[in-house]
Amino acid sequence: MTDASLNPSEAPRKGSLHTQNARTVRRNRAEARFKGYGIAAILVGLFFLVVLAVSIVRSGAPAFTRTVVDVEFTLSAAQLQEAESQLFKTKAYQTAFINALKGQLDERGMQVEVDNAAIERLMGKIGGDLRSFYADNPDQVGKAVSFQLAASSRVDRYLNGDLTRDSIEDSRFLMKTDLDLVDALEEAGIIRNAFNWTFITGTDAGVDNPGGAGLGASVIGSFFMMLVVLALSLPIGVAASIYLEEFAPQNKFTDLIEVNISNLAAVPSIVFGILGLAVFIQFMHLPQSAPLVGGLVLTLMTLPTIIISTRASLKAVPPSIRDAALGVGASKMQAVFHHVLPLAMPGILTGTIIGLAQALGETAPLLLIGMVGFVARGYPDGIMAGFTEANSAMPAQIYTWAARADASFYEKAWGGIIILLAFLLTMNIIAIILRRRFERRW
Amino acid sequence: MSFLKLTASATAIAALSTTAAFARDNVQVAGSSTVLPYASIVAELFGDNTDFPTPVVESGGSSAGLKRFCEGVGENTIDVANASRAIREKEIKACAENGVTDIIQVRIGYDGIVFASQQSGPEFKAFQPSDIFNAIGATVLKDGELVDNPHNTWAEFNSDLPDAEIAMFIPGTKHGTREVFEDKVLLKGCEDTGAMDAMMESGMDEDAAEDACLDVRQDGGKSVDIDGDYTETLARIDANTNGIGVFGLAFYENNTDKLKVATMGGVAPSTETIASGEYPVSRPLFFYVKKAHIGVIPGLKEYAQFFVADEIAGPGGPLSNYGLVADPELADTQAAVADEVTMGEGM
Repeated sequence: MTDASLNPSEAPRKGSLHTQNARTVRRNRAEARFKGYGIAAILVGLFFLVVLAVSIVRSGAPAFTRTVVDVEFTLSAAQLQEAESQLFKTKAYQTAFINALKGQLDERGMQVEVDNAAIERLMGKIGGDLRSFYADNPDQVGKAVSFQLAASSRVDRYLNGDLTRDSIEDSRFLMKTDLDLVDALEEAGIIRNAFNWTFITGTDAGVDNPGGAGLGASVIGSFFMMLVVLALSLPIGVAASIYLEEFAPQNKFTDLIEVNISNLAAVPSIVFGILGLAVFIQFMHLPQSAPLVGGLVLTLMTLPTIIISTRASLKAVPPSIRDAALGVGASKMQAVFHHVLPLAMPGILTGTIIGLAQALGETAPLLLIGMVGFVARGYPDGIMAGFTEANSAMPAQIYTWAARADASFYEKAWGGIIILLAFLLTMNIIAIILRRRFERRW
Repeated sequence: MSFLKLTASATAIAALSTTAAFARDNVQVAGSSTVLPYASIVAELFGDNTDFPTPVVESGGSSAGLKRFCEGVGENTIDVANASRAIREKEIKACAENGVTDIIQVRIGYDGIVFASQQSGPEFKAFQPSDIFNAIGATVLKDGELVDNPHNTWAEFNSDLPDAEIAMFIPGTKHGTREVFEDKVLLKGCEDTGAMDAMMESGMDEDAAEDACLDVRQDGGKSVDIDGDYTETLARIDANTNGIGVFGLAFYENNTDKLKVATMGGVAPSTETIASGEYPVSRPLFFYVKKAHIGVIPGLKEYAQFFVADEIAGPGGPLSNYGLVADPELADTQAAVADEVTMGEGM
């Protein structure tokens, strides 16, 4: 290269603007190549995004529907009393239902053999649903009620095409002959596919009851955690960054604080979980598995993100605004609160919402404070209970489902991811709208 | 300004957090990931069938659960620890140091450990402990001499097995399952093949020889430790036709469309063969209850009694339906729970 530039015949001045000399051609080619790389990088990114989106939707969509058994059922007062007198009450409800269904099928005269054991294999764990229905509606006892109750997960998977006759081996979960009954019931309209509201509104269910599992309670858990995070990290973060940016003297001490805040942003989130366990649960005796503790832990994790983005947006406000305010006699505090802060607001809000979105998807710190596992408390009774009662969080729930043996829970995990992504997308859209609305240009 | 409101609510929450000591109304459980499925079934049913709130069950492994269990007495500690092995002397001591002295041990049943491979893979039908040891032991006996494991395929040491690459996925060391796998398969295989005797002849004492028997080869991915759960093992088997995984019986029975199981020592694993003790690789499952919490945490004793009731843990109940092998001595356990018999008193 150096040799070429020494050669006077290739000196740039001698060339014409209309004919490209060798060097210009090379430079232009380099630019074209660079553009090509850029486009290729974007295409690769887009490709993976599409693959990811398609695979999530394809794997998760079945979670939103479930197979239900749609029948009328009458529970007599005597049956109710008998069931309530036992230890395993839900089993008695289930048996009563199965006997009634068997009777109905016999009356209809199905083409295939029906026995109680086969019906039991086809049904999900429905006893809990039945018992809570009659506990809530005692006036319905003795009347015919139309129920849509979950079928077992294997029936679900068979009708989805996930299980085939060839891949099923006779087991106590499902026999090959049961499939004839499933086909007959589907033809008779007793078994059908329905939208799975339980999945959106329900709580977690035991590992043998995928049909009854839902994300609803953990959405509430996540919501209360985000309230705590917002209520603590926004004021603390904004106050800290205003002080550091506008008031603090520049010395070694504030430098140290700044370095530490940046470092804190890079600390693995599980570390905050260990801290939360030691400080909030073991030292302060806050309840285990509670959204309050989860929120406090996530606040620690979100603070650095908010401080860094707030400081960046405070810095972006032109100094002339401050100078003008101070020039007409405003105090430093007035200058900051009346002029600088409103202009920095869009940046602060964006940073906060992105920090919240990050906290919403975090599982690792929750592992140690008892929010990952089997938490099926249902909906909290009030606002205070929402903070202190044991609950799970969306990502924790997804993580739990993904580890279960029954393949239907795997579907549920993907479905949960779709809901989680929907929340994240909404939060990001809100961030964009806020930024657009409050943004001011000079 | 909303800023003010936010500050106000923040102080409210801060004030609330200092009031400490919340009354906990639910049972808090942690421990073995093998017991977790059963505990979650019981927890759901307990919530459905009684007026007590549904207990919270966390996993994390037997050792981690017992460690938390032994942290002390009080509402901020767990009430029940699930374990896929019996509590150790060391742990009982650690418990006692922290004031956890009265522990009720509850055996809920048995779990079988099975060896399964891909449904459409090579025909792995029957294993002996010696086969597993020959496949993945670090040092094996070949032609009467101790050598670093030279085997690449199963057929090299047992012509009845398929001529397929060795690829085993075994539970990692933090799992309770690993202990059973080592005791009942690797050590047994080591003794059966004569490798153990050869090691002792070469000058090792018995303990050193036992340790050497449990060493697993590290070359070329023939034996892979799985630190996650059975779902991860299943994913590895799915991706590897020759792979053989170690699973719990219940997990295998839930995935018979993807997995096929091999016999061990000539016995096929099933709840019957495990209950009778014919199938060699099985272990008891336990949970431990803090007696000091009974009467303080509502529903704790009821939960323990509900767990071991005939309707739940007995044959035909939801636990055995999921894959737990019912304990033939369940009645004794029920009596012990009812009388709150602690360890050392009656057991």
